[in-house]
This record gives sequence, structure tokens and C-alpha cells, in this order.
Amino acid sequence: MTAVQERSPMPQEREANPAMDAPDRPIGYGRVQRKEDPRFVRGKGRYLDDIVLPGMLHGAILRSPMAHARIVSIDTTEALAHPKVHAVVTGKDLEGLNLAWAPTLSADVQAVLATDKVRFQGQEVAFVVAEDRYSARDALELIDVEYEDLPPVVDVRRALDADAPVIRDDLEGRTDNHIFDWEAGDAAETEVVFARADVVVSEEVVYPRVHPAPMETCGAIADYEPVEGRLTLYETSQAPHAHRTLFAMVAGIPEHKIRVVSPDIGGGFGNKVGIYPGYILAVVGSIVTGKPVKWVEDRSENLMSTSFARDYIMRGEVAATREGKILAVRTKVLADHGAFNATAQPTKYPAGFFSIFTGSYDLQAAHCSVTGVYTNKAPGGVAYACSFRVTEAVYLVERMVDVLAAELGMDPAELRLRNFIKPEQFPYKNKTGWEYDSGDYEPALRMAMEQIGYDELRREQAEKRGRGELMGIGVSFFTETVGAGPRKHMDIVGLGMADGAEVRVHPTGKAVVRLSVQTQGQGHETTFAQILAEELGIPPEDVDVVHGDTDQTPFGLGTYGSRSTPVSGGAVALAARKVKDKARLIAAAMLETRPEDLEWEKGRWSVKGDPSAGKTMAEIALGAHGTVELPEGVDGNLDAEVTYDPPNLTFPFGAYICVVDVDPGTGKVHVRRFVAVDDCGTRINPMIVEGQIHGGLADGVGMALMEFIGFDEQGNCLGGSFMDYLIPTAMEVPDWETGYTVTPSPHHPIGAKGIGESATVGSPPAVVNAVVDALAPFGIRHMDMPCTPARVWEAMQGRPTPPI
Amino acid sequence: MQVPAPFDYARATSVAEALELLERHGEEARLVAGGHSLLPMMKLRLARPDWVVDINDVAELRHITEEPGRLRVGALTRHAELLGSEVVGRLFPIVHDAERVIADPVVRNRGTIGGSLAQADPAEDLTTVCDVLRAEVVIAGRDGERVVAMPEFHRGPYETACAQDEIVTEVRFPVRAGQGSAYEKVERRVGDWAVAAAGAALVLDDGGAITEAAVGLTALGLEGLAVEAAAVLVGQRPDEALFAEAARLAAAASAPVEDGRGPVDYKRHLADELTRRVLRTAAARAGALTAVQGG
Ligand SMILES: Cc1cc2nc3c(=O)[nH]c(=O)nc-3n(C[C@H](O)[C@H](O)[C@H](O)COP(=O)(O)OP(=O)(O)OC[C@H]3O[C@@H](n4cnc5c(N)ncnc54)[C@H](O)[C@@H]3O)c2cc1C
Repeated sequence: MTAVQERSPMPQEREANPAMDAPDRPIGYGRVQRKEDPRFVRGKGRYLDDIVLPGMLHGAILRSPMAHARIVSIDTTEALAHPKVHAVVTGKDLEGLNLAWAPTLSADVQAVLATDKVRFQGQEVAFVVAEDRYSARDALELIDVEYEDLPPVVDVRRALDADAPVIRDDLEGRTDNHIFDWEAGDAAETEVVFARADVVVSEEVVYPRVHPAPMETCGAIADYEPVEGRLTLYETSQAPHAHRTLFAMVAGIPEHKIRVVSPDIGGGFGNKVGIYPGYILAVVGSIVTGKPVKWVEDRSENLMSTSFARDYIMRGEVAATREGKILAVRTKVLADHGAFNATAQPTKYPAGFFSIFTGSYDLQAAHCSVTGVYTNKAPGGVAYACSFRVTEAVYLVERMVDVLAAELGMDPAELRLRNFIKPEQFPYKNKTGWEYDSGDYEPALRMAMEQIGYDELRREQAEKRGRGELMGIGVSFFTETVGAGPRKHMDIVGLGMADGAEVRVHPTGKAVVRLSVQTQGQGHETTFAQILAEELGIPPEDVDVVHGDTDQTPFGLGTYGSRSTPVSGGAVALAARKVKDKARLIAAAMLETRPEDLEWEKGRWSVKGDPSAGKTMAEIALGAHGTVELPEGVDGNLDAEVTYDPPNLTFPFGAYICVVDVDPGTGKVHVRRFVAVDDCGTRINPMIVEGQIHGGLADGVGMALMEFIGFDEQGNCLGGSFMDYLIPTAMEVPDWETGYTVTPSPHHPIGAKGIGESATVGSPPAVVNAVVDALAPFGIRHMDMPCTPARVWEAMQGRPTPPI
Repeated sequence: MQVPAPFDYARATSVAEALELLERHGEEARLVAGGHSLLPMMKLRLARPDWVVDINDVAELRHITEEPGRLRVGALTRHAELLGSEVVGRLFPIVHDAERVIADPVVRNRGTIGGSLAQADPAEDLTTVCDVLRAEVVIAGRDGERVVAMPEFHRGPYETACAQDEIVTEVRFPVRAGQGSAYEKVERRVGDWAVAAAGAALVLDDGGAITEAAVGLTALGLEGLAVEAAAVLVGQRPDEALFAEAARLAAAASAPVEDGRGPVDYKRHLADELTRRVLRTAAARAGALTAVQGG
């Protein structure tokens, strides 16, 4: 692969590719303003809570105040007597409909409303439907639930103790809290390498529980029409088609009678992949009352009950030579999955793509084993822009490489440079079974080092250390694995992870592209218009992008795991090429020549050797729908449809460097600078790419410094509001400095690799490595996130403590 | 959406009317000023007033008035107005120090000094500031007005001398020549309540000796001023060793509790560290920069 090693000096780039309203706007790829933004910046977005249907009722959920308790009785009499209440639904009622339990995305079941026990604080216990949302909430207080306390399992390290209470006694034959054991790599081979290595470092690395916390919380409006038996379900969903299929399976409503609409989505980050009890309850509410029912959770409900992320305790080990050649990496992981195993990931991957923990390094051996357990906490697991647990994997290996650098007394950047997979080794088969498609790592890290002035910073640091000032420089280099994925390996509840696209060119040459993926703010309406525009040579503003409505779009699995551009982007490009090929046949008919005699220049088929004789896409479109006599086998439209089954995943990568200053008196960390050099292959819209990176970097600073869903001994959630669950603001993050290289994916139709999660994956280790580097004078080699002032100060006192 | 329990609402345009409304609607009536403490509690249904009496139209409560020897600040003065006030910054830089780190601009645009003192949250910043500046609080009730000093006004967490049917109308700050004051807070993130904070005010005489001193702590379990810390300062010339001793005494007077913001020893360390910092700044602001030895 050849890397295009240009820095990205943004101002110049802006000049070269001015915004869309400039006369020389790009047709195809380039920096154009987002087509969807006019409606968002003018407050004209249409989110779930903006939708009001005639006669609509409102639902609210009564949640468990306890982490683990038996339900003795539920008395709904008073709530039902409330003048504005239309229905109160309990687990018992759902049992009658065979809906009390629903399948999760991980071959488990989850209670829709608790029947026997509550298993985490915030679990759904009863559902009230009332005339307005205020009355619905008032009525929740009128429901009387009697609980009998049970001892909760809060400490994940004790979940497998012989005397630990059994959380899932609903499952037959359950005698413990064990969910799964899973491994990758070769344990024996790895042991051999470790046994003869000069140096072995070992550290327990915790990636604590965090939450995606999208700006818009989750919600649904169900509108069941009993005469025809049709259900229209508006949902905050990242995967409308998958949801429709699952609803058909769970609720017994035939799939063709279900329409799922996912309107504008105010952030997802994985939080809106799963099907929550609230969605199902809105449907039940609508069936029971015969009216549309809206349910929208509040902030605390979102934080306490919906998909959390991470919660991995990882024992990491690295084997190396004295000279700094990394030989092998291995890890044992204890994974807290909460009360129900509801993680959203491909079936064969219970720990997601965690086995990419071998990172960007050429190793002789690697092995990981992951044990998943139940605890009395909210279910979920794969969420928060993690690329199916690549975040945990990258954090582990990048933290451990720094631990090794400290042991060897080597510069962490230098250590990485010495161990990278070389460009000529791609496609590279790693020791846990992945085939990295393309990469050229060294130029990316060198660019980041040059951009931040690495050597100068190290000099400054040495000087400051002499004066007792604490400054840290953190390096992280990540390889992502995204774009799931090849159908033969990857499915979610049996649905293959391919995605469709339909392209139609209208008679006037304007086009529509229909997608199975669903934007949550990523700018799909622009990016996908640009992909089509690039292929067909028409302006992006002439392309309408339709998504989020199962009645209007082809089947596919939706947007998460940075898969939209790698999967649906491939589908759009291939569909566009079909249209282009067909346009050639039609143009030939129009020009009364043979298709072989035509050549393509962007937007136009013309006669070889006579460029003046040609037809533009608009002319061809009119011809296709008009009266031109079409060649045999060519029908009268310019439409095409493709379902793209990716041959492999794509492997974006990047080099991140962070500089922090730590106040020695208070432990407060200030992030001074952050340089991010990303390689996502082909860059469709650099502005959108940068936007995705900026957002992910802020996420990373948040997780590294402050985000944390903790629990007390009783299992009470301590992160249930934005006063307790802190997300960073503009004040905590620096001005991002970005750069890029371009190493296209060799197997992808347009060479694009996906960028949605790179920065969330790559930035936490850069920040933590910087903090630990700042604390080196205290003899600290590792501290766990979140690096809050108190925790940093404790580390400075020689007692860095795990957060859980 | 979090929604409060049902309540009724009335809007007053004068102090007299507000008092009348409080009396009429009885014990379960609450004033609302900026609403940034009351409304979140109502939405969580931790506060459930039957009546909410809105005083945002009571113009007489919204003023910053400089008078000889004192500054009068109306109870409805917003955080943002205090922060924007040149006279406040000039006379009492500690107020600007604190205001810069109270919540965020959205909250500061609405939250008021009266509401802050009346709420008396243990992590609330202006109580410490008013303690340190030896402010007085004016309380209006059915039987007229009374003026109480801060130690009498602030009785402890969520408890003040202002009864349910009374209104805080004004806060009065005495102006002292030669005074320097400062406030510093550690927060986990901008807009967060204090992990810990400290405030100090020093008055220096022409010779550079400390004639008056006040040290206060926020979110550290100390009600009122750190008297021992202040006592060692008075009569001395500011220097690092003196500040270290005062800071040690302030930390000894603190009684922090462990919570999500940090353990006890960390917070006690902050009492010490932040006290030293605010004493340095207060002394410098009092014009004694050159007199500080080893600072
Ligand atoms: C996100 C957030 C972060 C915050 N961070 C901080 C912080 O870091 N530091 C800090 O100090 N504060 C902080 N606050 C609190 C903020 O400063 C509040 O505005 C303040 O505490 C209360 O002022 P208010 O005018 O909003 O009072 P309200 O909420 O209107 O009232 C609070 C209480 O005082 C009573 N009251 C109000 N006015 C009067 C009056 N004139 N006389 C008698 N009683 C009255 C009310 O009846 C009520 O009981 C924060 C608030 C929020 C929402």
C-alpha cells in the first residue's frame, strides 16, 4: 500500500475545496457542508419527541429501587383509579401475552417487566399509560410494590464465588453467575514464548463501566391499527430493519405489517442498538388502549437502565526482549455483563472483536481468554462507539506497551516504532485470526510526532521535572477492526451483517439513494450523496438520501461499529456502478454507437476520439425514461440495487499523542494538546471525517478523566444523573490538531475504511498514558481511569486504586 | 422527561406581595428565584411544594448598590450579574473568583445570591464567600426586616435563619481598606460542585502586617470560619511559613466526608493546599506581594 503522506493543513485544504456554495464545489468527494445541517441549525430536525400523533397517550415506567429483590406483590388499584390513567401493565399481564421475557441480542432473555425478581436498580417493573406524561409519572407513585430484599452481587470479582447469590434463577438449572468463557489465539504457543522471554511485564488494567449518554435519550411511539393489524413503530433506533425483524419474532406481528421509522436521532454511540423493554411496552400499551402510545425515558433512566459500555477487568502481560522487541501479549479478562446478557455483537463473538488486542505489532504469539459473568447491574455491554470491544483491546495493549517501555527504560514512541507490522507484511494475519487489510504505520506515528514537536516536548518535560512540575506525554497507536462484516462469519441473532442500497436516477437526472443504515448525527445524508456523486458525476446536492424507514429502504443491519461507510458505502458505490454501466448501454443507443466505443469522463459517456459527441447523466436519464429505443434486455429506468457482503473487515489506524499538565497540589489534569493522525483509507468528506474524530477525542478525554458508572455495596447506581456522570465540556478539551495519511482498503469498492469510532477507540490510552507519564516521578507505572483529581492524588501518594 | 409532582404557581411583583402569598398558601409554599436548586429537586420529586411563589418580577430585589463603607446586593441578583459587576470585582475579587467556578453560564444566568444562601447546600460557594467577607443578610418577614450576620444566618447544611414565610432581600458586604480576598476551588469538571474550596480575606495595615483575617472552607464539613487559622495570621506579616501554619490549622478544622469526589485524606489535603493558595493570593491582592517571603 502506498501511503499518501500529506499533512492536513486545514486552511489550505479549505481553499482547495471550498464549501458547497462556492462556484467550484466538488462533484463527489471533498469538503462540503453537510446537507442535513440547515434543518438542524434552524431547529427543524424531527426527533422522536417532536412527533405527536392524534389521540396519542403517554407511557411511563416504574423502576426497581433495589438491585436484587423478590417481588412479593404489586398493587395497581390506586394507579388505575387515577382519572387520567388508561392502563397499567405488570409482568403478570405480560406473562399472559407470552411477552414478559424477550430474547436479547446475545442468546439470553431479558425481563420486559419483572415477574419474579428485580435484578438491577432501575429495572422495569410496571408500565402506566395515561393521557399526558405528567399524569403517567404521577400514577407511578400510586403503584404499591412489596419487595423482599435479596443480597446483591455487586463486586464482579466475587460473582463466581461458590456462595454468591444466583442472579439468574429464572434460567433452568442455573447454579452460578457464569455466562461464558471464550478464548482466541494459542495458549500453549504463547506460554512457550513467555517462558523464554528476557522481560515480562504484567498489570491489571481496568476499563470501568461507562455510558454512551447520547444527547437524546431513548424512546418509542407505537401506533397499532387493529383492523388491519398494522404496527407503525417510531423508535430511536440505530438499526430499524433489524428491530422490525426482531419485533416480528417477539411480538408475533407479521413482519410485512410492521413499519419501523427511525426519525432524526440525537446521538446513538451504540446506546440505540438494542431493543429496550420501553419499546416493547409502548407496543403493548398501544395494543391494549387502541391508541398511539409514546414513551420517552428521562436522563436518569437512560443512564441507569440502558446499554452501558466496557466493564472489563483485564490482566495484561507482555513478553519482550531486552532490546525492546515485543514477542507476545496475553490477557485474561473478567467481563461484567450485568443482569442479562444483552450485548449487541456478532453471534460468534461473545467478547466482540476484543481479540484484536494484539494491536499494531508484529508478534510471535498471543492469547486471550474472556469470562463473562452476571451481576446485579444494568445489562448491555457493547456500546459507546467501541467497534465491538476494540476500545478495550486497544486500551489494554497501548497501556501495556507503555508499561513495557517503563520497564525497559525506553521511549514509548520508539518502542512502538520498533515493533510495528511493516507495510510489506500486509495483508497481515495476526495471531488471533484477523487479516489486517492494509496499513502503513510508521509514517502516521512520525507525522504525529513531528506535528506535536515530540522531541522538544520531551526536553521541556525533563526541564520541568527538575523543577517539580508534572507534565506528561502520552502516545497511543491503534488498529481498528470495523465494517462488520462478512456474512459467513458474522450475524446478529441470525441476520447476516450485509447491508443494502438502492439507487434511482429520476428522469431529470436527480437521484435518490435508499440506505439500510441509520445516521445518528454522522452526516450520512451528505457522505452517501457524495459517494453516489463521485461515481455518477452529478453534484451531491442533486442526490437525496433516504434512510430510517423500513417501508422506504432496503434491508440491512444498521449503523454501529463504524460499519456504515465500509458496508453500505460499498453497496452504494456498486449500485452506482451498475447504474453507470446501464447508462453506457443507453447512451450508446442514443448516440447510435456501440457501448465499447464510449468512454467515461465524470458525469458523461462520450465517443472515444470525439468528446463532443456524448451524453450527460441527465440526458441519459431522460432517455431511459423517455422514448429512446432501448437495447435488448435493458429496461426503461436508471435504477439499481445491491446488497453488499463485505469480503473482510477494514482496519483503520491512527497515531495519537496527548500532552497533559498535572497540578501537583490538587491532582487536577489539564489536557494541553492533542494531535490525532488518522488513516481511514479514502476520505470522502474530510470535514465530516474531522468532525467524527473531534467527537471521539472528546469521548476519550471524558472516559480517561471523568466518566464512570459506579455502584455502592447495595448495588445503587452512583452515576444516574449528569451531576454524577460527568461528560467533558469544551473547557476540558484542547483545540484538536489533526493530520492524516491515506492507505485505502484494497478490498473495498472505494477503499474507505470507516472513521466513526477511531478516535473513541484510540484516545483513552493516549490520555491515560500521558497522565501516567506525568506521574513517573512518583514511581507510578499504571493507574486506572477515570483520572479524577482525587484518584490522581491517591496515585501520587503511592496508592493508585482500581475504580472497581 | 423528569416532571415534578403537581403544584400551583403564583407570581409576585413586590416583597410585600411575596410575603402575603407565602402566608396565604401556608407551609408548603416555596419561593422560587433562579430555580436552579429548587426545580431540579422538584423534578426528582425530592421537593414537593404545593405552591411555588415566583419572585423573578420583584425588581426591588435586583440591584448592586455601592454606599460608603458597604456594598448592598439585592437577593435576586444573578450570579452572572455579580460576575459582570466591575464594582464587585474591584472591592471583593473573591466574589469573582468564586463566580467564575460556580456552575456554568446557563446556571449563572438564572441562579441568584439569595437563592444560593437560602439553599445552603454544603458545597455551595457563596456561603463561604459571605462568611469570609463577614457579610450580613437582610431578612424580611411579616413583622418587618431584620439584619443577621452570616454566623447567625447560616445554621448548617440546608438550614438558615430565614423561615419558610420570610424572604432574604439583601446581602450587605462591609468594605475594608487594605483588604485582599481570594477563592479557589477544585472541581472534577467545569460546572461541577466543589470537591473542596477555600476562601480567605486579609486586611493589611500600612506596614504590611495582617490586621484582620478570615478563612473559610467549602464542602469540607466546616460550618462558619476557620477561627484558629485566622487567629495565627493576625498581627503577623504574611509569609509562606505563616500560611502553611494557618493552612494546617484550617485542614485540622475541616471534617470532610468521603464521596464520589474523593476520600477524606484527599479532601483534608485540599483544605491545606487551597488555604495556602488563597492566602497567597489574598495577601498579594492586599498589596503585599513584595512582603511575602518565599511565596
Ligand atoms: C448544574 C448546576 C451546577 C451548580 N453548581 C454550583 C456550584 O458549583 N456552586 C454553587 O454554589 N452553586 C451551584 N449551583 C447552584 C446554583 O448556584 C443555584 O442557582 C443556587 O444554589 C440557588 O439559587 P437560585 O436562585 O437558583 O435558587 P432557587 O432554586 O430558586 O431556590 C433555592 C432555595 O432557596 C429559596 N429561596 C430562593 N430565593 C430566596 C429568597 N430571596 N429568600 C428566601 N429564600 C429563597 C427557595 O425557596 C429554595 O428553597 C449549581 C446548580 C446547577 C443546576
